[in-house]
Amino acid sequence: MQKRLKSRLGGFFFVLPSIIAVAIFVYGMIAYTLRISLSNRTSAYITNLGWAGIKNYTGLFHDTDFMHSFGNLLKFTIVFILGALLTGLIMSLLLEKGIKGEGLFRSFYLYPLAISFIAMGTVWRWLMSPNKDKEASGFNLILKTVHLDFLQNDWFTSSTGSMYAMALPAVWQVSGYVMALFLAGFRGIPDEMREAARVDGATEFQIYRQILFPQLSPTFLTVLIILGHISMKVFDLIVGISGKSYVTKVLSVYMWQVTFDATNFAKGSAIAIFLLLLIAIVVIPYLRYVNKSEEMK
Amino acid sequence: MSSSIADRVITSKDISRNRRKLGFKGTAWLIARYIGLIFLFGFAVLPIYVMVINSFKGITGVNQMNAFNIPTKLNFEAWPAAWAVLQVPMLRTLVFVLQSSIISAILGSINGYVIAKWRFKGSKLVFTLFLFGMFIPYQAIMIPLVQFNNRMGLGGSIYTLVLAHVVYGIPICTLIFRNYYAAIPDEIIEAARVDGASMVYIYRTIILPLSIPCFVVVLIWQFTSAWNDFLFAIFLTGGAPNLAVATTALNFLTGSGNQIYYGTNMTASLIVSIPTLLVYMFLGRYFLRGLLSGSLKG
Repeated sequence: MQKRLKSRLGGFFFVLPSIIAVAIFVYGMIAYTLRISLSNRTSAYITNLGWAGIKNYTGLFHDTDFMHSFGNLLKFTIVFILGALLTGLIMSLLLEKGIKGEGLFRSFYLYPLAISFIAMGTVWRWLMSPNKDKEASGFNLILKTVHLDFLQNDWFTSSTGSMYAMALPAVWQVSGYVMALFLAGFRGIPDEMREAARVDGATEFQIYRQILFPQLSPTFLTVLIILGHISMKVFDLIVGISGKSYVTKVLSVYMWQVTFDATNFAKGSAIAIFLLLLIAIVVIPYLRYVNKSEEMK
Repeated sequence: MSSSIADRVITSKDISRNRRKLGFKGTAWLIARYIGLIFLFGFAVLPIYVMVINSFKGITGVNQMNAFNIPTKLNFEAWPAAWAVLQVPMLRTLVFVLQSSIISAILGSINGYVIAKWRFKGSKLVFTLFLFGMFIPYQAIMIPLVQFNNRMGLGGSIYTLVLAHVVYGIPICTLIFRNYYAAIPDEIIEAARVDGASMVYIYRTIILPLSIPCFVVVLIWQFTSAWNDFLFAIFLTGGAPNLAVATTALNFLTGSGNQIYYGTNMTASLIVSIPTLLVYMFLGRYFLRGLLSGSLKG
């Protein structure tokens, strides 16, 4: 018994370095960022923290650049989540029963996840070039070639549709991931369930709607959480394609600008904490749900 | 567990069964499926296709209007030009990424082993607190981290990046190893313990030899994410040229102002992507496992 206790304590000591590291670098530093966000460090020359209360936060909501970035992020998130969810779901639906060449399709749907968006930015900037008609390139050239000239548009440089265009490369990158999650879901459902429904005379459509999709609801939830937090954090995708350009600015890019270029650490911290809260609202309930469902097992 | 969920994805269903009763309707569906698959294939491949073909058109032989056309004759001049800029940053990246991935994997393995098999009081809370660290936006720790590095004298050295990737890699590495070890039956450990084996001894003789596939998963995961990372790199090196890594050097090269050298830009982007693409091509199965572990539910 004593030996058992000793080894349990020993276990704790082996994890201790990581616990300390996470305590300092994750939670400690979040706390310090929170502190800076409540301080007067609005330029690199001010080294005293001081106490500014929530002034830096209330300031954000009167800051048109911040509201613009936040609005952009919301637009992006909606289109990105819907787009990636649909594309990934379609990919998995086309593959889940097994088809000749499945391995090849799967590999090519997944490879975008291995590449950095700083690298893909160059290509996407081209594909989504705003040049039209005689000078058309990228998607506009494709549209012109198939005689859909009227669909040519400004893509990510458009003042109204920039964020919807920006969702396209993001969908391109993660839909393979969504596909993999759904494939795992589909293939975890025993074949007997379909067979039984088929014997009972259910159509294929009914089998999906009434038997398979309800089984996949945990997968849907996981996909939504993953996509949601990827979307909130989007950074190098935007920087890789359009740099700090105003029309595509989101919170992470604005935070970078405020912190780096303007050295306004207090405001940069306030934006960062705001972003953290946005994510925490979604992730914390999810972690609790995962914990609970693991206990059930 | 993460391995079994990934195996589910890669084990295709037995399709020989489907083939025998393929009527007219079945054939029509099959063709429709292939049309869908090929269309999505085109969407997935288009960007890399454009990247590859334009890297063989020379430094100035590229313009936006001919971007989709296959080169009329192969011109390799953009390759040495891009390589000259990237050589040093890429080597630097390789060295730091290898260090950070190995350290992360070791920490992850130890944490995962203890959390899965030697639960201590509060280990569940510790694990949940680790997991939350996986989701945080790194902007929320970036300013203190830069200050910490400067105070510790790490600023201006590549070890700032090693530290960042090790520390912020702890959650995901612990998660992947914990899920892997959870699938090893407790009875094995119990039996060894009855024979008087200590925790460390069991780890060395039983767990570690079983962990090789999981180490591959974690190493690949950490390698890919550190190689592709831009956020930590730009904040922690401040864009200093003597600390440029692959992504920051590339961003500097292809960023606004330099966008006329299409040939070099495309080639440079391709060169930076090659290491991770090679890993994906040869170890894709392990890459997928890492990816699915991030989804928490095994």
